[in-house]
Amino acid sequence: MTIQTKPTRAIRFRGRSFLALVLNPELPVGEWLGEVDAWLGRSPGFFGGKPVVLDVTGLSLDRKSLPALIADLAQRQIRIMGIEGAEAKLASPDLPPFLSGGRPASFMGRPEPEPEPVKTAANPAAHSLLVEAPVRSGQSIVFPEGDVTVMGSIGSGAEVIAGGSIHIYGALRGRAMAGAYGNARARIFCRKLEAELIAIDGLYKIADEIEPQLRKKPVQAWLEDETMKITLLD
Amino acid sequence: MAEVMVVTSGKGGVGKTTSTAALGAALAQTGQTVAVVDFDVGLRNLDLIMGAERRVVYDLINVANGEARLHQALIRDKRIETLYLLPASQTRDKDALTEEGVKRVIGELRERFDWIICDSPAGIERGATLAMKYADLAVVIANPEVSSVRDSDRIIGLLDAKTEKAESGQRMEKHLLLTRYDAARAGRGEMLSVEDVLEILSIPLLGIIPESEEVLRASNVGSPVTLNNAASAPARAYMDAARRLCGEDVAMSIPMHRKGFLDRLFGRRAA
Repeated sequence: MTIQTKPTRAIRFRGRSFLALVLNPELPVGEWLGEVDAWLGRSPGFFGGKPVVLDVTGLSLDRKSLPALIADLAQRQIRIMGIEGAEAKLASPDLPPFLSGGRPASFMGRPEPEPEPVKTAANPAAHSLLVEAPVRSGQSIVFPEGDVTVMGSIGSGAEVIAGGSIHIYGALRGRAMAGAYGNARARIFCRKLEAELIAIDGLYKIADEIEPQLRKKPVQAWLEDETMKITLLD
Repeated sequence: MAEVMVVTSGKGGVGKTTSTAALGAALAQTGQTVAVVDFDVGLRNLDLIMGAERRVVYDLINVANGEARLHQALIRDKRIETLYLLPASQTRDKDALTEEGVKRVIGELRERFDWIICDSPAGIERGATLAMKYADLAVVIANPEVSSVRDSDRIIGLLDAKTEKAESGQRMEKHLLLTRYDAARAGRGEMLSVEDVLEILSIPLLGIIPESEEVLRASNVGSPVTLNNAASAPARAYMDAARRLCGEDVAMSIPMHRKGFLDRLFGRRAA
């Protein structure tokens, strides 16, 4: 029996980080703008198309001077994508969003690409993880390399996150996230579905969205055209 | 050989202290020497349940920090001479406990007693993790309701990860004690059934303690329920559990609710 889930398309959220240039103007701002002009004279188009964040920490700008500064920079073809270090009360829909939690990074050197994991076909054990004990509430099993097989149950408040598929030979009462690092072909299998949340490739369903007739049943879940399908196994 | 047993649950108010006192007294009544240790530093209760609150001089922190000798802090029970209490300090907090201190105290207790029963505080923080750290076996207390069972599941995970036994690659022995079991409510489907709890937690069942006024009555007079009214239902359930801990094979019975006239009258409508 196949039970179609609602045809509504789920909205997918993903996190992604980019490197941005951070400009940190100094007081007095007029003089600092002069220095920017001089710098642009030497390297015209330096900021062209680059994401720039404006760090206004210590400038004590107000409702008027902050938009004025952004306009001054826009005149110089410097487009601001976000503002750091500004007081929250200054936020307005006309201004770029206020950011926080940035970490320093070297801009000029592009981030080193992660070394490609060496594929060892001779050692398939490296691509699957076998968990023989129940996964208890509060425990989190993260296995980006491939499939996870759990012999026991996954307790309420526990989670399993796998790069590949997840096979559970007990009850799934917590969360299972398969294909969590971008794999739409990953699946979730379990003997008894009582999940709080299941996700494949970032698309998820919470308990309330799972068909009631599937609860406590052996099922599999997979993605078909960006829609999660859940069917009974027998 | 001494057995160090932690009584733990994660959730508060499920009956850890009551069970520690009752099991301690029941084990001591068989002639074995028992020390019950209160790890709930800052919120001590075990002294009250044991009726020893007026005799506390030194406590666990004093002994752990070397400010007092173990025999100075141990309080002998007035009713059973093989039962001792090591109280917690009410004026300190759980950060006053150190791993080395607790390890040394447990080591000293092992030399003197057959059973050392550690009454864990609620939660999963320092007090609770230190109470379980050096245990040989655990009694996990749960009520038949979802929040308690989930917290117990969490605690079982910690028992399998954060104890000295688990860290050295051994298996921690765990037993489930289902407390405050209300047969009438279970019959109406208002609580998790024994089977549900066992299926979720998947550890062996040590006993089922029925919800009873006797428990409150005993704690009000400062007496373990097994001593206060040995014939009561909870006392008998605790004594059976203690015998099972000693390796005896005692038949387990699930408390049943005897249907009264009104239940029979309205019984069908509920279904």
